[in-house]
Amino acid sequence: MTSVDLASAAAVPLLVPHATIVAVALLLAVVTIALAGPVPVALARASWPSRSPVLALLLWQAIGLAGGLSMIGALALGGYSLVPSWLALLPAAGLAVYLLTHLAITVVQVTRQRRRHLVLLDLLAAPHPTETATRVLDDAAPVAYCLPRGVGSVTVLSRGLLDTLDADALRAITAHERAHVEQRHDLLLLAFRAWRSALPWFPVAAYAEAEVAALIEMLADDVARRDVQDCDLARAILAVGAGRVSGAEPAEPSTRESDRFRRLAA
Amino acid sequence: MGALGELERAVMDAVWDAGAAITAYDVQASLEQAQQRTWAVTTVLTVLGRLEKKGLVSSDRSARPHHYRAVASRADHVAELMHEALGETTDRSGVFSRFVGGISAEDADMLRSLLREG
Repeated sequence: MTSVDLASAAAVPLLVPHATIVAVALLLAVVTIALAGPVPVALARASWPSRSPVLALLLWQAIGLAGGLSMIGALALGGYSLVPSWLALLPAAGLAVYLLTHLAITVVQVTRQRRRHLVLLDLLAAPHPTETATRVLDDAAPVAYCLPRGVGSVTVLSRGLLDTLDADALRAITAHERAHVEQRHDLLLLAFRAWRSALPWFPVAAYAEAEVAALIEMLADDVARRDVQDCDLARAILAVGAGRVSGAEPAEPSTRESDRFRRLAA
Repeated sequence: MGALGELERAVMDAVWDAGAAITAYDVQASLEQAQQRTWAVTTVLTVLGRLEKKGLVSSDRSARPHHYRAVASRADHVAELMHEALGETTDRSGVFSRFVGGISAEDADMLRSLLREG
């Protein structure tokens, strides 16, 4: 049996006209290209996301999800329009598996890094006397970060930070970190990190991640600003950040990080 | 942190404070001094075993009783934590969320002027 016979043997009768399949495949290809280039570039350059980080984050998620699905869809329908056999769906299935595998690998990596870090924190950082789920690391540098992971989230403050900052500025930091934890920003970052690791040759994936990271910080700032004054937050940012040189983020991001600080002055 | 976590921390402190290789009996004595409480040596050994599995303690099983020592000093581990959380080298997105990374001189000036006005 020749390969042509094989293909016709496996052929499934078309439920929709061939021309429709081709048209939809082309449409999805156009959507994929738009979501892979011009749309995210425009969003990254726009200034409005700094004013409405919530909306911008929703858009980034939609772009990521729709981009992936349209890519898979275009590949599936395009293949099917050329060879009407289930074999034509294999490339699309392969792509889907590839993307999901990267998501799984990222989840495992992140979980492992967090677990290792927590083991050391348990042994080295004393619980904060008053704040719950907060630990104090005995280091002179002013540092604040959190390990967000749902129920077991831990906020870490350094002794240097507690020594330098007054209660109001500290409250700004804990409110900011609590927002990350409660709104599960870690899951969002995880998804975009997986996206970047699946598409390392694709610059848009890298700066999508940087944009999302910066927008998340603005969002957490906004939550903190409900409880504290802008000047408390500004003092806290200065105390932690002023001693450190900025830069060296993944990809060359927009000025979104500076926007975060400019919003406080507005 | 649970009771086991507390005990692990106390045992690790004993190992760090000793500075040299010590036995479970030494750890037991040190715990007794620190906590005014006596732990069974088997308990101490269990905890040391857990710490070894976590890569924080190494053991010399040729000696009787076994000798345990810290893999790295307390300060080294704190430095490791700080580096992990703040360092640009490791891929930490999604693992940590730091309050703020570095800020540029211009941004710092802008924030300072904001504070002067306020």
